Amino acid sequence: MSGAAMIGLAQVYVLAGLVFAAFAVLSARDASNPKRLANAAFWGLLAVSMLAGDRLGDFGNGLLVLALVGIAAITGLGRGSQSPAAAPRSGKGLFALAVVIPLAALAGTLGFKHWPGLVDPKQATLVSLALGVILALGLGMAWLRPRASEPLEEGRRLMDAVGWAAVLPQMLASLGAVFALAGVGEVVGQLATAIIPEGSRLGAVLAYGLGMAAFTMVMGNAFAAFPVMAAAIGLPLLIHQYHGDPAVVAAIGMLSGFCGTLMTPMAANFNVVPAALLDLKDRNAVVKAQVPTALPLLLVNIALLWFLAFR
Amino acid sequence: MTMLVLSGIAVMVAGFVLRFNPLLVVVAAAAVTGLAAGMDLHAIIAAFGKAFNDTRYVSVIWIVLPVIGLLERYGLQQRARELVAAMKGATLTRLLVGYMLLRQLTAALGLTSIAGHAQTVRPLLAPMAEAAAAPATPAEAEEVRALAAATDNIGLFFGEDIFIAIGSILLMKGFLEQQGIDLAPFDLSVWAIPSAVAAFAIHSLRLWLRARRRV
Repeated sequence: MSGAAMIGLAQVYVLAGLVFAAFAVLSARDASNPKRLANAAFWGLLAVSMLAGDRLGDFGNGLLVLALVGIAAITGLGRGSQSPAAAPRSGKGLFALAVVIPLAALAGTLGFKHWPGLVDPKQATLVSLALGVILALGLGMAWLRPRASEPLEEGRRLMDAVGWAAVLPQMLASLGAVFALAGVGEVVGQLATAIIPEGSRLGAVLAYGLGMAAFTMVMGNAFAAFPVMAAAIGLPLLIHQYHGDPAVVAAIGMLSGFCGTLMTPMAANFNVVPAALLDLKDRNAVVKAQVPTALPLLLVNIALLWFLAFR
Repeated sequence: MTMLVLSGIAVMVAGFVLRFNPLLVVVAAAAVTGLAAGMDLHAIIAAFGKAFNDTRYVSVIWIVLPVIGLLERYGLQQRARELVAAMKGATLTRLLVGYMLLRQLTAALGLTSIAGHAQTVRPLLAPMAEAAAAPATPAEAEEVRALAAATDNIGLFFGEDIFIAIGSILLMKGFLEQQGIDLAPFDLSVWAIPSAVAAFAIHSLRLWLRARRRV
């Protein structure tokens, strides 16, 4: 589908594989991390997936996933100690460097369209993001003059802070594919059609927006709710039957889910952890402070779906 | 029989409620769903493996970490904190609205980790909010601190999806691609802008109304 000389996902995966491989090696050498070998194995497996996933076969990739899950569930990942920060540099310079990546991604997404044959147009954003990373790294090395291993070492520190949650979005996207194979969307869709009045576009929009929020509240995670609700209502009704714009249906559906995230103690990282950090007696104080914003915002999102998806 | 395929959803809900490792919950849900649909274990593992391999770009975003880590080592978080601290002396409404704008704009650039509950809310925003609000009771002081945390969440959630390479955008792209719909991340992220504006307007209005009630 793409010419041999074209830069596409394959090259981006090689870069990502090398970065994960570096995280794995640095993790293995991190004596301050009590679970350094688990971290090394986890990031190492991700490196293998990025570098050689196409050669592992479907079942081999499945086993790789099971190994990742096994490490996360049985031993868990650890975190090492943090190296002391360097003397802070100019805020303007740091912020300027920080926007290099998003600007490169944006410029490349828009620019590579006019430069066909160089970059796979379908993957222009990710290729530009990768180029932005390389550019920002080059500029940062020239300006800050850190030790050569410092960026990867600091990246590894942040990676350990994210931990196994780093692959959760990819895992949920994969679960969505299994759900699709098993026909989960159709079954939830049948249930939804039983509630939604026949031929009611408004009913379908309401069921989708409210369903995303409610499902997110139950699971504590809009990422997990999205593949289910999108397959049940978003895709068959809003996109296929009523010809809604898929980009709007997906994007604003996800944001309706985010309104649900604001209203649930299940989203512990955002809603319960800060209550503890701020010494609040009421564990649900943050949720309570968010509900009066989340509810009208959910209504606005549903209205936006209604007006923007069916232009 | 058809209803049985929903058992995977039940597994997810139960797994998240019981606080099992979410990755484990996801594969368990996949296994239960596949078995209910009549697939054998080998086929389920292969199907999940294929999908995992096809959606690797969702995890490509982590290549930005060496750059972010380098910037943080040389003081990015500290400079962000100084930006927040410069808002000292403002009213509670101005402080929180200003912070929310900063949080939305930086999150829209992909800088989701320069602020947060541990980085900025606890050390800076919450004490500054309390100072600005001059609460009369301990209960009101708690409410103000909770409002500070809420403002951080709202700013983050309704800013980050504008960035073209955030996890949720890539998850949507992956899902749609599996269903035969090809979209660029940019097509998805522009549609996060109206909601971001609405979130800013609604939360600001609420903060302003709260301040009026107190006068």
